[in-house]
Amino acid sequence: MKFIKIMLLNLLMISFAFSSTLIEDSKNLTTNSFSKKQKVINELTEKYAENEQLEIVLQTMLSGDLYYKKDDKTLVVIDKKEDREYFTSDIFSKVKYPKASKYDFKKVKINNKLRSVIKASLAVINLSSKNVDKRFKSARNLLKNLDLNDRPMVINALSKEKDSDVKEVLQEIIANLDAKFQTGDKQIQAIKDLGGFLSAKTVQTLDEIITKNESELIVQIAKDAQDKVEMKKSFYSFIETAFFGLSQGSVLLLAAIGLAITFGVMKVINMAHGELIMIGAYTTYTIQQIMPGLIEYSIIIAIPAAFIVSGIVGILIERLVIRHLYGRPLETLLATFGVSLILQQLVRTIYSPLNQEVKTPQWMSGALEINSTLSLTYNRLYIIIFAVIVFLAILYVMKKTSLGLKVRAVSQNRPIARAMGIKSSYIDALTFGIGSGIAGVAGVALSQLTNVGPNLGQAYIVDSFMVVVFGGVGNLWGTLIAALSLGEINKFIEPIAGAVLAKVIILVFIILFIQKKPRGLFPQKGRDVED
Amino acid sequence: MKRQPLVLKILENDKGGKIVLSTLAVVVFVVAFCNLFVPSDSIFYISTFTVTILGKYLAFALLALALDLVWGYLGVLSLGHGAFFALGGYAWAMYLMRQIGDRGVYGNPELPDFMVFMNLQELPWFWYGFDNPLFAFLMVGLIPGILAFVFGWFAFKSRVTGVYLSIITQAMTYALMLAFFRNDMGFGGNNGLTDFKDILGFDLSSDSTRVGLLIITFIALVLGYLVCRFIINSRLGRVVISIRDAESRVRFLGYKVEQYKLFIFVVSAILAAIAGALYVPQVGIINPGVFSPLFSIELVIWVAIGGRGTLYGAIIGAIIVSFASTYFTSALPEVWLYALGALFVLVTLYLPKGVVGLISQINSRVKKA
Repeated sequence: MKFIKIMLLNLLMISFAFSSTLIEDSKNLTTNSFSKKQKVINELTEKYAENEQLEIVLQTMLSGDLYYKKDDKTLVVIDKKEDREYFTSDIFSKVKYPKASKYDFKKVKINNKLRSVIKASLAVINLSSKNVDKRFKSARNLLKNLDLNDRPMVINALSKEKDSDVKEVLQEIIANLDAKFQTGDKQIQAIKDLGGFLSAKTVQTLDEIITKNESELIVQIAKDAQDKVEMKKSFYSFIETAFFGLSQGSVLLLAAIGLAITFGVMKVINMAHGELIMIGAYTTYTIQQIMPGLIEYSIIIAIPAAFIVSGIVGILIERLVIRHLYGRPLETLLATFGVSLILQQLVRTIYSPLNQEVKTPQWMSGALEINSTLSLTYNRLYIIIFAVIVFLAILYVMKKTSLGLKVRAVSQNRPIARAMGIKSSYIDALTFGIGSGIAGVAGVALSQLTNVGPNLGQAYIVDSFMVVVFGGVGNLWGTLIAALSLGEINKFIEPIAGAVLAKVIILVFIILFIQKKPRGLFPQKGRDVED
Repeated sequence: MKRQPLVLKILENDKGGKIVLSTLAVVVFVVAFCNLFVPSDSIFYISTFTVTILGKYLAFALLALALDLVWGYLGVLSLGHGAFFALGGYAWAMYLMRQIGDRGVYGNPELPDFMVFMNLQELPWFWYGFDNPLFAFLMVGLIPGILAFVFGWFAFKSRVTGVYLSIITQAMTYALMLAFFRNDMGFGGNNGLTDFKDILGFDLSSDSTRVGLLIITFIALVLGYLVCRFIINSRLGRVVISIRDAESRVRFLGYKVEQYKLFIFVVSAILAAIAGALYVPQVGIINPGVFSPLFSIELVIWVAIGGRGTLYGAIIGAIIVSFASTYFTSALPEVWLYALGALFVLVTLYLPKGVVGLISQINSRVKKA
């Protein structure tokens, strides 16, 4: 047994042989002299900056967990201490050694000076890492903890750097350092350069310069630079708000567009529309439960599935309830409201009254960082794109296909359309199915943004109606413009008035707007005196 | 012609109204009597809880009556009548809050508990005057009345009709709900107003006050009914009904449709508000949930089930559905929403004239046979 173990151990050692030089060289860290240790660290950093093993060694050393065997100077970490015996493993190969007396080991000691040396080395290692993210993070870190000693290293890294984002951060570090510690023209130039950056550190540096400095010229320049930063910042935060508004507008668009079709064509208010959205969201949840291995693709699968499920439910509602109530819009409103209550309770019975967790696929999480003040989350970005695709698809169906032609004909003049041989009841059912299916698709998108629960639909029903009515019934472009502008208005009022008040203001605004233009932004043209 | 008292004249040709109101009168009298004068160990004793529940139903009946006036006779389906009800309730609850005085948990003689909790130093301006019951009562009618007037003025002037009107009334109550849920509105936020102690000097927890409230609610309901019936029977009422049936034609005949609509809408809002003010002391709490669109739309179904455009149908509907709601939510909470949903669907599909219509249908068949 023992023999096999040793064999395996040796094999492992051999597999790491390619970095044996690092292993050998790092044994020099076991010296007792602090000044020698410093020298060794610097040499190692220079030689093995791109080796990740070195980073681990230095990290362990920094936290005071690095030990070595007295006999062969192998660097180890301690896994477990038991009385006077240590369980250890190799720092490089992670191989576990048999337990041994604590007197066989010694700690690699460090002092404060070494600590800062190690930190600097780690920064260099990270800055020369092959991973762009790592370089970026390390540069950010350096910016946060500005140190004049880093300057040569940063300049060195800057000359090698190819990625523009990392480059910018490095430049920002240098500009900050120069603005703080240089004098004369160089300082002035650096302060001017600072006007081009955005981070909190830059703002802080400029503040310091303004309060500390006596030279009026420099203070003036710093103030100009500060104005520039502020302007840029407010510009980016404006863009960010606009982005949030756009994403909320897309959600509204997705929620409302199905309603625009059913309401526009049949002049029927479907209060169960929100519940059709909810069904779409629950379809997503169900698919994730059935296929736990395919979370990454679940959203893609859920889109057609939700379209079909919600579409079928929609057609059922149309055939069983709405069909019997044509010409009585107020009664339809009440009946579909009853349907919505039943659907909600059904979901409570089948699933649970609690909110369900819908997982976000990897490719939809995270954010696209444009700079330090502006980052756009992927899920919102995808939803905007998705909303646009859905909108274009609907537009195509309505304007370019024979089905769309028939739907428009029925919506504009039902008796004449029938006289032309269009089966209006068939078109009604189909339109309702499509509108409901889109509600389901909206539910898939919403499942990525909000909690999926029985009340999901209710939250969107009033908003969806507002969008449709605001945009003008029977006009898809009107719905688009209404959804986007309501989303934007909401997001721009929110920081001033708070989320709830913003909603109230919008509702009041729409109420007043409808009083002024009862048929919305883009009314359907016609000569009827009455609806 | 024989001179008749006004009440009988109003109820002339209104057999259903007479039956419903007199039945209710008997029920209220029996309940009140059995609660106050029958010893509590007798089987004929009726608990104070039942008295309160009945009072609540009657307040709801008044609210349904108000809605039937606008929906059944004017053809305007308001999905926001809960808002007027809630505003009336809040106005009266503010008076009740002021009556608590220093008996709150914090014992602050000036401020209600929730304001102390929110670290307010002094009473917000809009709470002034509410320690006076007359002023509060005035506000019960005035605030919802003004809201209805302004809202209706805008809506009817610009000829918003049909489902559009329904949706913006719903938006109105939704907006108010969101606003009242905010703590810094100064109306108790989420928790609403509660912990009332007494009303006009009477202890709210005593049986006799409860019975008194029940009787007052009943009287208010009767008065409300008479007012509605009087309006409908008048010349104005005929114009209102013709507006429901053919708005444009009435307009072309030279009537100012907006003014008629506005009048009915405001009267209805005030009736709803009074119902709210009667509801609050009996239930003992009002919170922003009453503003929720769900409540407003539920009361539409009361009227629909009872039979719209009959007034007494609304009363029947409100009492039946509220009773079913009380029963189911305690006995079978799971089933209640299914039942309510099914009610909405079945009544609109198969009972367009409600229970009242069903009864008269059966009657006429029996007569034929």
